[in-house]
Amino acid sequence: MQSDMAAVANAPATTEPLLKIRELDKHFGPVQALYHVDLDLPSGKVTALCGDNGAGKSVLTKCIAGIYQPDHGQVFWEGHPVHVRSARDASRLGIETVYQDLALADNLDIVQNMFLGRERVRLGLLDEDSMERAAAETLASLRVTTVRSIRQPVASLSGGQRQSVAVAKAVMWNSKLVIMDEPTAALGVVQTRQVLDLIKRLRDRGLAVMVISHNLTDIFEVADRIAVLYLGRLAVQDDASKFDLQTIVEYMTTGGTSRTGGPNTKAS
Amino acid sequence: MTVQPEELPDLTAAPEAARAELPPEVVAQSLGEYVRAYSSRIRGGESGVLPVIAAMVAIVLVFTAISPNHVFISAGNLVNLFQQAAVFMILAMAEGFALVLGEIDLSVGFVGAIGAAITVQLVQPSTTNWHWIPAIIAGLLACTVFGLIQGTLITRLRLPSFIVTLAGYLIANGIFLDVLLLGPFSGYPNLLGQGNNLAVIYHLMWGTIDPTVSWIAAAVVVVALGLLIWLSDSRRRKSGLVAPPASLSLIKIGMIAVVAAVVVTICDINRANIGTLAGVPWVIPIVVSVLGAWTILFQRTKFGRYMYAIGGNAEAARRAGINVSLIRTLGFGLCSFTAGVAMLLYASLLGGMSNNVGGGQYVLYAVAAAVIGGTSLFGGRGKPIHGVLGGLVIAGIYNGLYLLPQLSSVEWQYIITGLVLLAAVIIDAVSRRGASSGSVTRA
Repeated sequence: MQSDMAAVANAPATTEPLLKIRELDKHFGPVQALYHVDLDLPSGKVTALCGDNGAGKSVLTKCIAGIYQPDHGQVFWEGHPVHVRSARDASRLGIETVYQDLALADNLDIVQNMFLGRERVRLGLLDEDSMERAAAETLASLRVTTVRSIRQPVASLSGGQRQSVAVAKAVMWNSKLVIMDEPTAALGVVQTRQVLDLIKRLRDRGLAVMVISHNLTDIFEVADRIAVLYLGRLAVQDDASKFDLQTIVEYMTTGGTSRTGGPNTKAS
Repeated sequence: MTVQPEELPDLTAAPEAARAELPPEVVAQSLGEYVRAYSSRIRGGESGVLPVIAAMVAIVLVFTAISPNHVFISAGNLVNLFQQAAVFMILAMAEGFALVLGEIDLSVGFVGAIGAAITVQLVQPSTTNWHWIPAIIAGLLACTVFGLIQGTLITRLRLPSFIVTLAGYLIANGIFLDVLLLGPFSGYPNLLGQGNNLAVIYHLMWGTIDPTVSWIAAAVVVVALGLLIWLSDSRRRKSGLVAPPASLSLIKIGMIAVVAAVVVTICDINRANIGTLAGVPWVIPIVVSVLGAWTILFQRTKFGRYMYAIGGNAEAARRAGINVSLIRTLGFGLCSFTAGVAMLLYASLLGGMSNNVGGGQYVLYAVAAAVIGGTSLFGGRGKPIHGVLGGLVIAGIYNGLYLLPQLSSVEWQYIITGLVLLAAVIIDAVSRRGASSGSVTRA
């Protein structure tokens, strides 16, 4: 499975990656948070973004999600240059971000959360039936089946179920790129399993997924590609099969590797 | 949805806690399951409207037993109680806007009083002599503007609603006194003189509907509501959506019918000492209309949904693209508007306006009624019906104490109402803690 994926990735790129970032710079006052970052996020692949604290993972994510505006550099969406100026712009393109705090309202039920801000309305009133049907379809297609009822308040869900609802909310809107910030942090073993399976299902549906994580076990489990940020620079990005635990730690802590035969420092 | 074989059960979820938070109508397939789910929810601290119903029964039993000649349960007193309760109910529904948003509005009493005073002044035949419709609109408009200004200050300048509406309470009190002093009424404009427009305002509270018409109207309302509930529930059941079992829909409709029948029966008993006085007071359909309109607004519109979302997690609402400031500002506007309706009914009950209006006391009654009914002080939970139920409890206490010679003094009313408010807040806080200590994930 892993080697198949690698083979596909190594084939000459005939199509543009879904999202292509070139020479992206971002600074806050005198602090250079990102410097000449190049990153590709292809469809149907899970790209893991790693890096130590302060490496610039969050800043890069927020530049993609439209929260921050990059100072320099270009972003190409399906091959066309774009400027993502707000979260609205991002979701219009098909970019959805699942933040670590999930942004769910505890007092609302699953359907209400999934449609929050984009409710369907008929004759001026909420069209609950059609929203409930659509939410049920999305959850079923992602095989999120452990919830007892999609009308139960989110407060009554477990951490893994909440993560699943947040992801389902993100993919409901024909999104093409889903960015997940630490999706397995603070989850138990079984719940982590559920979320990782869910990420794989998103990939199998042809979505581009970017996962930010500190958990290297999870990364090796789920990622097709790995990109490492080191002090605001992209140290490396390549197929996951080119990395092992030691090289990735080296890249995260020193920005390079002492070993030969490791992944290319400049991505294809 | 079927469970896939490779899908492991979520072992880490706390099943007891989760069950306690599940609304029984969401999971129950039959009446028996519903009763079991409901009782497990009560044990988990989420008791819904049960405490308020229990409180009502207790109030009726206690005050009937100890009031002189059991006068509490007489038709005359019960209708009187409905009329007093109407003010509390609508004021509590007003406060519901602020509470669901996770805010509080301490100004409702006097802001509403400004609107009522404006209306009462405008219909005076000896001065402006306005028609009652524009007079009411002008009064309610003044309230709404006051609320929108408070809302703007709270949302745009990010000031705490507690302080802004406390300032608003004082300012509104002053404006109210100014409005009262206008005209040649020495601060006591009343509704008791000659004039059709005065009479209309006075009859909001005191006018009655003919007993026969009352029955027909009640029947029409019950049948319409019943059909609505039955058709929507059975449609949802048929298309496989989450719906309560048929027996539960029938019980719900049955309860609405019983309440309507009891209210109409009580009101249709002749309650006059001499002559005849019977029929449903106009104020009851007014309360039902406000309840209906606000229930639709809270439960079935985007605006209502957004209020709950903001009360539950304002940051999530903001990220979902909701204009949080706008919704909150409008919420405060509608809160003050509804307060205007409540205090207009109060003016009608008093037969005029004077500086004796306890605007400060009424705020506490409003908050108490909403919280007793089941609205949370912590935001995101509450319905207009909670204001109605809680308003009935507060009115029951208020009315019952008046009937007792030894406790009718105002200090006892303050003390007992204060204790009831305290009890309601404790129930709210404890049930919330009980619910959250069980679930691992609650922030």
